[in-house]
Amino acid sequence: MSKLTTSPAKPRCYHCGEDCNEETFHAHDKDFCCSGCQMVYEILNQNGMCDYYTISNNPGTTRKVKVREDKFAFLDDGKIAASLIHFRDETQSHITFYVPQMHCSSCLWLLENLHRLEAGVLSSKVNFIKKEVDIVFDHHSFPLRKVAELLTSIGYEPYISFNDMGSKKTTIDSSKLYKLGVAGFCFANIMLMSFPEYLGIDARERNLLTVFRFANLFLSLPVFFYSASEFYTSAWKSLKHRFLNIDAPIVLAVWVTFGRSVYEVLTGTGGGYFDSMSGIVFFMLAGRVLQDKTYQQLSFERDYTSYFPIAVTRITDEKQETAALPDIRLNDTLLIHNEELIPADGIITRGKALIDYSFVTGESLPVAKEMGEIVYAGGKQTGGNIEILVIKEVAQSYLTKLWNRNEESGKPDEERSFVHLLSRYFTVILFTIAAAAATWWYFHDPAKIWTAVTAVLIVACPCALLLSNTFTNANILRRLGRNHLYLRNAQVIEDIASADCIVFDKTGTLTTGLYQDILYEGEPLQEKQVKAIGALAAQSTHPFSKAIAAWAGNLTRHKVTGFREIAGKGIEGIVDGDLITLGSASFVTQKEQMTNDASQVYIAIEEEVWGRFKFRNHYREEVPGMLQRLGKKYQLAVLSGDNAGEQAYLRQLLGYEAILLFNQQPMDKLEAIRTLQAQGKKVMMVGDGLNDAGALQQADIGIAVSESNNNFTPASDAILAADQLPKLDRFIRLGKANKQVVMAAFVISVLYNLVGLFFAVTGVLSPMIAAILMPSSSISILLVTYGLSNYFGFREKLK
Amino acid sequence: MSVIILLLIASISVASLFLFAFIWSVKNGQYDDEIAPAVRILFEDKPGGKRERDLLAEETLNN
Repeated sequence: MSKLTTSPAKPRCYHCGEDCNEETFHAHDKDFCCSGCQMVYEILNQNGMCDYYTISNNPGTTRKVKVREDKFAFLDDGKIAASLIHFRDETQSHITFYVPQMHCSSCLWLLENLHRLEAGVLSSKVNFIKKEVDIVFDHHSFPLRKVAELLTSIGYEPYISFNDMGSKKTTIDSSKLYKLGVAGFCFANIMLMSFPEYLGIDARERNLLTVFRFANLFLSLPVFFYSASEFYTSAWKSLKHRFLNIDAPIVLAVWVTFGRSVYEVLTGTGGGYFDSMSGIVFFMLAGRVLQDKTYQQLSFERDYTSYFPIAVTRITDEKQETAALPDIRLNDTLLIHNEELIPADGIITRGKALIDYSFVTGESLPVAKEMGEIVYAGGKQTGGNIEILVIKEVAQSYLTKLWNRNEESGKPDEERSFVHLLSRYFTVILFTIAAAAATWWYFHDPAKIWTAVTAVLIVACPCALLLSNTFTNANILRRLGRNHLYLRNAQVIEDIASADCIVFDKTGTLTTGLYQDILYEGEPLQEKQVKAIGALAAQSTHPFSKAIAAWAGNLTRHKVTGFREIAGKGIEGIVDGDLITLGSASFVTQKEQMTNDASQVYIAIEEEVWGRFKFRNHYREEVPGMLQRLGKKYQLAVLSGDNAGEQAYLRQLLGYEAILLFNQQPMDKLEAIRTLQAQGKKVMMVGDGLNDAGALQQADIGIAVSESNNNFTPASDAILAADQLPKLDRFIRLGKANKQVVMAAFVISVLYNLVGLFFAVTGVLSPMIAAILMPSSSISILLVTYGLSNYFGFREKLK
Repeated sequence: MSVIILLLIASISVASLFLFAFIWSVKNGQYDDEIAPAVRILFEDKPGGKRERDLLAEETLNN
C-alpha cells in the first residue's frame, strides 16, 4: 500500500496472497489474512478440494470485506428469480452468473467442480472470456439463493445487477463467421475446379470443361448472394446517407466480375473469374472478422442499469420486503445496508450516512450526511444501515439522468476513416482508366471494349485497400489489448491518432484516489506515540485513518479502549492510558477554525493539540513524465472536481498553456469539452468515474481509466487499465503508425494492380493471371501489415 | 470421364461435411470462449498428484 511501511516480510495469506497486515489467522499450518479467507480454505479442505491451491498459487481474492448474510435474500422472490433464470423445467434450472473475481486456472477448476461441493448443483461451465459461469441446479433441493450463497462462501460472489433482469442472454453475432466459412468452402472448391481452365484440357474432353464451369457457377452463388451480402448492406447503408464508402466500389467490382463470369459461362466463351471473386470476398471477410474480434467481455455501452443492484429492501408498514428496482416509487422508504449502492435520490430519514461517491467522482473520501439531507443515487453507504425516502424515481435521479443523456449525442458512425476518402480517389482514377481503355479499343477493335472495361473494374477494385486496413487494424487492436488498452472498434485507432487536445480528470485518473502522500506538521512525535496513533487509526476504515495506520506501521500491538468514531468528524480512544483524538480541526481543537480544510487531520493527545497530518492525492507512478512528454505536442487540460489546492503543482507540470479548471461539476466538464470542440479541437477525454460520463461521451474520443478489468466503467470509446496510463503517449504514436502501415501496404498492392491493369487494358487478362495476382497480392498485404505494425509496436516498446 | 464426375461429387461432399462441421461448431458456441477449453483439458479428473499438468494449465493460461 504505502511506501512508508518498511516492516520486514509479513506472512502472506495462503488463500489470496495478500500481506497479512493487521492480524494473522493461523490455522492448518497456514496463514490467512482474514477469517473469510480461512473459511474458504476450510470449506475446500473438508471437501478434499485443496487442488484449488496447487493449480495456481494464492488463487483466491481477499475476503476482508464481509458479505452481508441476507444479501441474496432477494433471490427468494419468485419474480426476481424468474427474471434471472433462463431455463427451467421440472427437475432443473439454468442460471448464468457474472463472477468478476475469476482470473486464473484455479478459479476455472473450482467453479467447474461445484457439484463436488454441493449435490444440488448438477453441473457448471465457465466462460472465461466473459467471466461467466453457467450453473445447472436442482431447484427443489437447492434454491437459487443457495447457489448464490455457495459461490459467495467460496469467494466468488456473483455480481447481479439491475441489467440482468431482462434475462436476455446477449449472443455474439456470428453471422460473419458463417459467411466466412461458406466463402472459404466455395473459394477452395472453385479454385480446385478451375485448374483445367488454368492449365488447359485435352480437346476430347471439352464437355468436361463445361461441367466444371457450371459447377463453379453453382458454387459461386452462395458467395455472391450470401457471403458478400455483408458488403451490400454496408454499401447500401452509406449510399442512403449520400456517402460513398469503400464498400460501394467493392460491390461494383463483385457484381461486374460475377456478371461477366456468368455471361462467359452461359455463352461458352470462357471460364469466368469465379475463383477471384470468391477469393476476394473470402479474404475481405477474414479481415473484417479479425478486426471486429475485439473485446466482447468488456462492455463499452454500459448504462446505469449495469451498476445498480437488482433489488433493494423496502420498508412498508414497518415490515421489510424485497422490491425490484423498477417497482420503486416516489415516497417509498428504502433500507440501505452497509456497502450497498443508493439506487435513487432520497432524503435520509434514519441513521447517519457516510456516503462513498468514489464510483461517481473517483474521490475515495466518504461524505457524511445527517438526517434530512439529500443523498444522490450512485453513492455507496459505508458504516451502519440508513433509511431513505425516495424523492426521485430511479430513472429520474440526478446521475442516471446524466448518464441517459448519452443517447442524444449521436456520433457519426465509422464513416470518418481516411480509407473511404482514399477509396473515392481510387474509384475516380479507376473509371478514368476504364474510359480510356474503352475509347482506345473503340477505335482499334470495338469487340474488345466490353472485355477490357470489365477487366479493369475487376482488377482494380479497392479490395487491397480494405484488406490492408482491416488487417492492420486487427493487429494493432490486438497489440493495444495486450497492453490493456481496449478499444471499442477499429475506428477509434484513427480517432486517437487525430486528437490534438487531451483533457484529463484529476482524482482517480491522474491520481490514485487513495491518500498515500502524508506530511506531518507540528511537535515532533516520539516513536511510542507514533505507534499509539497508528493503533488508534487502524480501528477505523476511513481512508485517512487507513493512511495514518500505514504511515505509522503496526509492528507492535497496542490495546485501544473506549474507541469512538464520529462519522465525518473524527475518532478517539485510549491507547496505553493516553486519550488520543484524531479528526477535523473543529473536532480536535473544540473550536471553530477559519480554515476547515478537509485534507487535514489534527491530532491531540490528552486534549493537547500536537500537530496535523496533511494529505495529498498520490499521482500515479510515471504519470508526471507522461504529461510532460504529451505537453510538448498537445494542448493539455485538467478538469477537476476538487478545489484548486494543487493548481501550482499542475501548472508547473503541464506548462503555461495548459487549461486548468477546478470545482467542476459533471455538467461543467461536459461544457468545457464542448467549448474546446467549438474552437475546432479534436478532444480526447481521459477520465474515470460517473461524473466524467457526460464528458467522455461528448469528447471525440473518451477513454475510461479503470483500476482493474472487472471494475465498471462509464460508456466510452476505450478502456485503459490505470497502471498503463503512463504509456498513453506511446499508444497515440502507435495509432499514428497505423495509417502509415495501411498506406505502405496499399502502395504495394497498387503495384500488383498495375501489373494486372496492364493485362486488363490490353484485353488479355486470362483467368490464370487473375488467379495468381489476386491471392498473391492479398497474402503480401497480409505479411506487410503484420510485419510493419509489429515493427512499430516493437519500436514503441509495447508488448 | 464419369469417374471424374464421381470424384467431383465425392470431394465436394467431403468438403461440405467440413463446412457443416464448422457451422455446427460456431452454433455450438465453440468460438465464444477460446481460453477455457485449452486450460480445462489439462485438469486431472481425480484429486491429488499430477502437479505438472496443472502447472502446464497455468502456463497455457498465462501465455
